[in-house]
Formats: sequence, C-alpha cells, structure tokens
Amino acid sequence: MTTFVELLLGGLSMGAVYALIALGFVVIFKATEVVNFAHASLLLAGGYLTAVLHDDLGFWGALAVGIAGAAVVGAAVEFLVMRRYRGSDHSVLAIVTIGVDILLVTELTRRIGTRVLSPGDPWGDKVATFGPISLAHTRIAALLAAALLITAFLLAFRYTSWGVAMRAAAENPQTAALMGVRLGRVSLSAWAVAGALAAVAALFLTVFPTPGLERATSLAAMKAFPAAILGGLDSTTGALAGGLIVGVVESLATGYQGDLSFLGRGIGDLAPYLVMVAVLLIRPAGLFGTKETARV
Amino acid sequence: MSDLDPHRPHTPPAAPPGPDPSGAVDSGTPSTAGAPEPGRADPVRPDPAGSADGTARRAAPPPGTGSSGRFAAAPSGTGSGPSAVRAAGAAPREGGGPASGGAAGPGGEPRAGGLPAAGAVDRTDSSSASRNGRPRDGGERAGGERAGGERAGRKRDAARSGGTVSAAADDAAPGTPGSGAGGGSGTQPGPTGFAGALGRPRTYLWTVLCVLLLALPFYLDRFWLQAGLFAMAAAIAAIGLNLLTGATGQLSMGHAFFLAVGAYSYCVLAAGPSIENGHRLTGLGLPGWLAAVLAVGVAGLAGGLFSPIAGRLRGAYLGIATLALIFIGQHVLFNARDLTGGFNGRTVPPLSLFGITFDDTQTVIAGVPFESAEKLWYAALLALLLCALFARGVLRGRPGRAMNAIRDHRIAAGVMGVPVARYRASVFVLSSMYAGLAGVLLALVFQRTVPEYFGMTLSLEFLAMIVIGGLGSVRGAVIGAVFVSLLPQLLTRYSESLPLVSAPGTGGGLAPGEASRYLYGAAVVVVVLFLPGGLSRLRLRSSVRRGSK
Repeated sequence: MTTFVELLLGGLSMGAVYALIALGFVVIFKATEVVNFAHASLLLAGGYLTAVLHDDLGFWGALAVGIAGAAVVGAAVEFLVMRRYRGSDHSVLAIVTIGVDILLVTELTRRIGTRVLSPGDPWGDKVATFGPISLAHTRIAALLAAALLITAFLLAFRYTSWGVAMRAAAENPQTAALMGVRLGRVSLSAWAVAGALAAVAALFLTVFPTPGLERATSLAAMKAFPAAILGGLDSTTGALAGGLIVGVVESLATGYQGDLSFLGRGIGDLAPYLVMVAVLLIRPAGLFGTKETARV
Repeated sequence: MSDLDPHRPHTPPAAPPGPDPSGAVDSGTPSTAGAPEPGRADPVRPDPAGSADGTARRAAPPPGTGSSGRFAAAPSGTGSGPSAVRAAGAAPREGGGPASGGAAGPGGEPRAGGLPAAGAVDRTDSSSASRNGRPRDGGERAGGERAGGERAGRKRDAARSGGTVSAAADDAAPGTPGSGAGGGSGTQPGPTGFAGALGRPRTYLWTVLCVLLLALPFYLDRFWLQAGLFAMAAAIAAIGLNLLTGATGQLSMGHAFFLAVGAYSYCVLAAGPSIENGHRLTGLGLPGWLAAVLAVGVAGLAGGLFSPIAGRLRGAYLGIATLALIFIGQHVLFNARDLTGGFNGRTVPPLSLFGITFDDTQTVIAGVPFESAEKLWYAALLALLLCALFARGVLRGRPGRAMNAIRDHRIAAGVMGVPVARYRASVFVLSSMYAGLAGVLLALVFQRTVPEYFGMTLSLEFLAMIVIGGLGSVRGAVIGAVFVSLLPQLLTRYSESLPLVSAPGTGGGLAPGEASRYLYGAAVVVVVLFLPGGLSRLRLRSSVRRGSK
C-alpha cells in the first residue's frame, strides 16, 4: 500500500509536469489550429539554457533565462515560419513544425553531445518522509510549481484581456479580428507561453531522480503528446486530465514492472501510448475534446 | 458534333502513320473543331476553376453508374483516368479522336459521343489550352495541352485534385504526341504513341535514365550501390507514405514501424532456427521469395490491425496515434528476443529468386564481379518500378479520386458515396504493405536488422521525403527519397572537400549526418513555405501560374 501511494504521488507529480507541456501544446492548437510537433524541441531549448547557464547566473537566474529563451524560440518559430505560410491547410503546417523540430533537435543534441547536463537545482536528491511515505523534494517542488503555474494560467486565460482575446480567437478568428483582437499577437503570445511552460517542465524532467538533461530528454517530453491527445486537443481541462493520467499510468507501470514482466522490460515508457490508443478507440476526439462538427 | 460520327469508323486505320497528324490538324481540324472551339472556350475563361470542376463532375455520370461515378471524374479502369478526360476532350478538336476512344478505354468513348458530356469536358481542356496560346499544331500544341492538363490539375478543391491529375498528366506525356498525331494512344506509349514520341526530349530523358540505372552496377563501387539501394528502398516506402499522407491527407508518423515489421518478418520467415549470441532465434526456414511476399503480407496485416484507429482518426490525432506505433514497435523489437534478436538484431538470410541467390558469392558478368549489392540492384529496381506503376494506377484511377476527395473534403466525399472510413483503413493497409516491402529490401541490403534503426527519426525522414518531393505524387515521393537518403551519403563521401562538414568521428565541425539533417529539415520548411508542390513541381513553376495549394 505504501508503495502504491508513493507511486501515485510520484505519478501525480510527473503528471503535473506533463500537463504543463500538454497545456502549451493545447494553447498553440487553440490559438492557431496548428499541431506543434516541435514542442519537444522547445522544451529541450529551455532545459539546455537552464543547464548551461546555472554556473554563471545561479539557478534562479538560469531558470529565468531558460524560460525567457524558450519563449523567444517559440515566438521566433511563430514569427519566422508559421506566419509566412500563406495556405489554409493546417495539416501542412503540422509538417512544417516537424521540419522545425528536426532543425532544433539536431542543433540541440549536437550541442549536448553525449554529456548529461545537471540543471543545478537546489533540491538535489533530498527526500522528505511523511510517516511511512517518502517523496523526493524535487517531486514535491514539481507538483507545487505545476499546480501554481496551471492555476495562474487558467485564471489568466479566464480573466485577463489576453485570455479573453485568446479564447475569442479560438472560438472564431474572423469575428475576433473584426472585434479588434490582433490575431498575430494572439498566436505569437500563444507560442511564447507554450515555450515558457515547456521550459519549466524541462527543469522538472531533468531533476532527480533522472540523471539530467541528455539527448533522450526530448523522448521523455514526447509523452506530453499522448497526454494532450487523450485529453482532447482543444481542451485545457483535457490537457490537465491527460497529463495526470499519463503520469500516473507511467509511474504505476514502472513501479510494478516486476509484476508485469511478461510485457517486457521498459513497459513504463510505453504505457502512456497504450492508454492513449485505448482511449482513442472509444472516444476518437479524446476525453474532453469537442466532437468535430462541420457545416456543409 | 455530328461530323464526329463519320470520323469514328474510319479513322482508326488512319491512326498509326506519323505524317498523318499534320494533315489531320491542318485540314480536318478547322472544319470540325477549329471554329466552335474558341466559342466554347471563351465563356469559360472568366472562371476556369469553377466551371472546370463543375463540368468535370457533370461529365461523369454518363459512363459512371450511380452516385460514386459522379465523384470519380474518370471512369472505371485504372490508368484511363484523367487522360481519358483529356482524350475525350481532344477528340472533337482533332478529328482523330475516335482512335483515342479505342485506346483511352471504355470511359473515353461514350463521353466523346454524348454531346453534353464531350462538350463539357472539352471545355475544361480547351479553355486551358487557349490560355496557353492559340497556335495549336505540332509540338507546341501538345505542350500546351500538357501544361493545360497540369493546370487543370492544380484546381484541387475539385473532386479531381492536384497531385493526381498533374502526375497523371506528366506520366501521360509520352502518349500526348500520339494523341496529337491523331493516334490518341492515351496513356500507353504503345506502337502508335511510340512513333510520335521519338522526337521528344522527354522520351530520350527517360531512355537515358533507364539505361543509366541498368548500367550503374557495372561501374559503381559497393558504397554507391548501397546508397542507391537505400534510396530505392526509401523510395518504395515513401511512395506508400505519399499514398497515405499526400493523397489521402492522413498524417502518419508510424511508417518506420511497418518497415520494421516487414524486415523482421522476412528474417523470421526466411531464416532457419539458429543460435546467435547465445540466444535461440525462431525461424521458419521458408524459401526467400515466399518469405518476402509473406513479410509484405504481414506488414499489411499489421496495418489492418490498426484500422479501427486509422479509419476513424485524422490529422494530428492520427499522427500522434501512429507515433504510438513507433514506441510499441521499439518495445517489441527490444523485448521479443526469440523473434527479433533483441538489441543485437539478427542476421538476414539472403533472398533467392528464380534460382538466383542474392548473396555475396561472386558471379562474373562482363568482367564485373556481381555480389549481393549488384544483384539486389536489379531486384530493387524492378520492385521500385512495379510499386511506382501500381501506385500511379491507384492514384489515377477511381480509388485515387476517392482518396483525394477524402483529403480535400471528407464530408463531401462521404456525401458523394465514398466510404470514407473504409478507404482510410485500406489506404493505411496499402501504405503499410509498401513499407513492409521497403523493410524487406532494407534488411537485405543491411544484411543485419537492428531495432534502433526503425525509430522515430526514420519516420520523420519519410515525412520529409514526401514533403520535399511533393505531396500526393509518385514522382514526388521518388525524388524526395533520393534527395533525403543520398544527402548523408554524399556528405560523408565528400566531407573532406566540403566546408563546415567534417569526416565522421573526427569531431569539430558538423558530422555528415547532422549536416544532412539540417539540410533536409530546412528543406521541409522552405519547400512548404515557398514551393508548394515540392521539388517535383519545380520545373513547372515558370510555365504554370501559382496554384492554390
């Protein structure tokens, strides 16, 4: 039972991190209808900046630069690439983001090389114990930070004029534009916000118990894709639920790997995808996604 | 239109001769078509796109039966698709049309006969032809017509859409002079079209290319032969992916999975039970050719198992769902050790076909020792040719129209009677079979399969290939595959003489693999933003107004 609770809490904490990534993914999709396959590389960019700069700037300074840097990279992708596309087919734009992803990931993995970069976080490998349950400080920090950021984001999305503009643009771009919402700014800010959220997530993907930032970190970041999809691509609630589900499932599958040995080693990495496929079989638009309706 | 009928019975005999066409065009044409044509063409000009669509669709019901016939502007048989439309359109103009009815198949004929239909179709063609310039005899006219066909193909909002028609128009080009010559051999450069085709640079180009490809094994060393084989295998897989993603609009990031299925199925089926690295490996020991065929079948089966998802999802949902396939595939490849050999992979038994074994035993032909690479070259070439022809047939025929319609407007396609889910699922199966064949070929070239190769990078490479080459066309897939798969090899070979690129393993500068990834990543972005249609349309950009893609 103790193990179960520990795994559950650890899973929730990882899930909150995945939710951060998925939230950015969903925000971009809502604002611009573009599926951003370059999201993992935004995350890698933020994580790389944090990890490289923490010696010079201290951890918090490096984190701030990492967040800002990832936001700038996201905005640059939007400004330099997405905005130049004149067609109307958004699935083609998804392929463009794959091209961008190839470029960014190649550059970043070349810089990272075979090194494993430590993010230089203050939590280290300390473990807190609550009765029989022990939990790493990093997991608690991840859970708190993610909860804080997600709440702030949702409040901003609901009450600030930026959030209203974003929701209006998602609802109906033409009308929003006629009402004075500047769509260019909306999509630019969506990409920047997504980059910033991804950079925070990058920090928590690379802290203890993982060894640090390495080439494979972008693979870990990809688990946010099933999170966003199984929640429903156009739903922020879905991103949260999807992230938590993915985190918990992964944590449990990894924790009980011994009992699941007939499925082979490393089933934990696969579990999120299997859950996603199962959900899509029953609900093709995800758990909270709006079913697509079309006027003919 | 009535003077068409008298022509019909007696023109076929007059079709073959080469000099005949000029006479037909000079004397015959003006009387039948020269006069009415501009009249017919002009009303269309203000809105060529719309009316072309309309007419093309309206034109179909006579030959087609039921509602789905309307949607497929071309009639039943594969291969007689758009060219039949063009041939039918050309018929009244040239007076040589009836012959084209013969070659263009059952579809062309009734329409050319039926007044409204033929008129309608003709309008599509002549409007574009007349935009290209009036002089309409000889090579210029043929050229104009080809461009016209391509331009009509650009209007992809219609049921007939971009990639297919223009690819078809290109492919049909060897036949075009034939129809211009009153022979109207439509698609096949048969005996009639062949005589007319001799004077054209395109024919020479193809001949030179064929001779070159056949002769290369005698001159190239093993490095380049392997590079070429990789390119051919990649081309087969890319054609499959282009059917799915380019022509049907179903994004798939799991293509590498099906390559793995093909490659490993071949190993399991063809190899005998063996022990590698102290590990017992299962093997059925079937003959090589049978194993290859079955492996393609297994890949198709794997695609079929995924059909509940492939048939229902689209866009990003499908893209990410297929991403799951990659991870599932990697998991299975690493864990099902008695089938796949786990991390170390397993050796690939050589293929044997018609008594020839494609292994490294040397056979000396014309003083050149033929080893596996040389022998496989021809097998791969043949496989690629068949795959390309089959895909072209699919794209140009009725299924191709249905696929394009699903891509362009799923609901409209459904309303017109296309079983959308079934088509999506079956295209997925077809594309995974292509991937399976490519996987078999790759395994044979590598002579050892390792799981790592079939990861996400490979899938992204295939997507890059079809985008760079051109979505939705066979030629685009082949061009893109050659570009993306030869690029790293070129950079590796000439790394010393290139700036910025360093030889692999020396550190400093870019490794060739990285440099090529930069190049094709950038190529994807640039092509989509500035070159809609990909490299395969590059040549046409000067003559064709920018399409709506």
